[in-house]
Amino acid sequence: MATADKSGMVESSGRKLWLTHLLMIIGVFFVFFPIWLAFVASTVTQADIVSPPMPVWPGGQMLENYKRALFAGVNVPVTTMLLNSLIMAIGIAAGKIIISLLSAFAIVYFRFPGRNVFFWMIFITLMLPVEVRIVPTYEVVAGFGMLNSYSGLIFPLIASATATFLFRQFYLTIPDELAEAARVDGARPMQFFFDIVLPMSRTNIAALFVILFIYGWNQYLWPLLITTDPEMNTIVMGIKQMFPSGDDTADWPVIMATSILAMIPPVIVVVSMQKLFIRGLMDSEK
Amino acid sequence: MATVELIDVRKSFSGTEVIHGIDAQIEDGEFIVIVGPSGCGKSTLLRLVAGLETISQGEVHINGSRVNDLEPMDRDIAMVFQNYALYPHMSVRQNMAYSLKIAGVSRPEINKKVEEAAELLELQDYLNRKPKQLSGGQRQRVAMGRAIVREPSVFLFDEPLSNLDAKLRVQMRLEIKELQTRLGITSLYVTHDQVEAMTMADRMIVMNEGVAEQIGTPLEVYQKPHTLFAAQFIGSPSMNAFDATVKGGEAVLESGVRIRCNCSFEGEAVIGLRPEHLIADENGPLRVNIHLAEPLGANTLLHGRLSQSRDPVIVSMAGVHSALGTEQNMRVSISPDNVHVFDKATSQRVASLKA
Repeated sequence: MATADKSGMVESSGRKLWLTHLLMIIGVFFVFFPIWLAFVASTVTQADIVSPPMPVWPGGQMLENYKRALFAGVNVPVTTMLLNSLIMAIGIAAGKIIISLLSAFAIVYFRFPGRNVFFWMIFITLMLPVEVRIVPTYEVVAGFGMLNSYSGLIFPLIASATATFLFRQFYLTIPDELAEAARVDGARPMQFFFDIVLPMSRTNIAALFVILFIYGWNQYLWPLLITTDPEMNTIVMGIKQMFPSGDDTADWPVIMATSILAMIPPVIVVVSMQKLFIRGLMDSEK
Repeated sequence: MATVELIDVRKSFSGTEVIHGIDAQIEDGEFIVIVGPSGCGKSTLLRLVAGLETISQGEVHINGSRVNDLEPMDRDIAMVFQNYALYPHMSVRQNMAYSLKIAGVSRPEINKKVEEAAELLELQDYLNRKPKQLSGGQRQRVAMGRAIVREPSVFLFDEPLSNLDAKLRVQMRLEIKELQTRLGITSLYVTHDQVEAMTMADRMIVMNEGVAEQIGTPLEVYQKPHTLFAAQFIGSPSMNAFDATVKGGEAVLESGVRIRCNCSFEGEAVIGLRPEHLIADENGPLRVNIHLAEPLGANTLLHGRLSQSRDPVIVSMAGVHSALGTEQNMRVSISPDNVHVFDKATSQRVASLKA
């Protein structure tokens, strides 16, 4: 039986070990190859790219291409687009978290008329993606004069049924006695929120921040609609804007450098918050 | 330091009344145990006093003033919860200091009080730990500490020992009682454990289905239970009860067995005989057919049925009786003073002649 144990799923050895590694390497290769090509394309000259065969090893133009992308760009420097995206993504993530924390707190801890109606109203909006309500939202934002502004980019996207629902579920796992103990200790509702609920939800907040940051960062349609000024372009839509219309040739090295740059902030967020992120999704840390 | 007064306190949950009017006078410094089976409303009663539930009808007075409409924090009470309800993200020190912090007490003052309480509860070495890193008994102490630092007028305990193992429970029971005596703070203590009730209470409130069956000292309740419920709930093993007709100082069981009792009542009754009051007696009126003997060391519990009527009966005899086994018969008698008589219609105790 000892040999059977050793050849189990967890502790494989010999050929099996090599096989599993081989499969993993192939998988990684498939996922990573396009990114590698993009990186290679961002390090060579325009001439190298357009003349087949396409290079698969980095060239010597890296610094030059990236400098050009960051500070000149095609329509607008990539630094501007990165900053816009960063502001939008952080604004959306933080806004969604703040609003959801508070609305979930209201729904779970206060008894008021129409509590369930409000909860279901919020919940039903889950079924309406941004695209469905994009035209009326555009009308409203245009009416407020928020086109080409950060508030226009952020505010329409910060209501979040998903986050509200997640926080509601988390609050429901907090024992009632804790709220009662806080009441006996003399905490007013908002003191209870800031002193007890908020610190207890911090891993959930971190996990949601990662998800929502990436959600905000990857917004494409909405920024495309409401920003006409290149100065307000976000990077994800900006990449598309870099493609020339008509017969002009695309500046591939710069576009590819921009693509690589666009990936870096989400990667930093995910990697740096990985531990909190997993903890937030795995346990509720009661 | 306070008195607590309950005046016809009632509580309904969406139309269903669960507390049917409870009156009680609690003296300054008294330790009152509210005891009853689960679902009898004892925790609800405590929560009404705490202010965690609104009172449907009646009044609660703490120190002479009506507190019905006050928030828990304004009632000058502290509560210890069954699952301790410690704030998981705060250290022991922060947990104990939280109420003082909210009350706006100065930092040195808070530290002083927390350290005093920690010393009292022997928690000095654990002040910087999180609740997760403590054992059950230590968490229990922290919950006590959190109550003590506030120097409340009234302590409320909601089954605080039910999450502890048996040995720790006995130890914490003594500690809580000692602490309460030392601090002299009026306390209400909810439990379903009659041993806790008997050992800790100055007076106990025996509750059943939202009604206070009896309020009295543990011995009063044991010796003179007001109702059949109180009689059977307090005392272990529980009291034997038989239907009988009482007439002329004699109870006649349905099977015709006659037992003398000190009682002037006449009519349909239930008589209660405590297992420990039944005495082996060759001429005794009750014949018991024993099914099972449980030797507990100090005494032996004999489970059986009355031979005459097949009613189940328990006899508790001092010492070891290894000779008594299954399917044996014995006769028992009981002193007339130890026969409790309850009116069958009302389940109320019928005053005995001697009283």
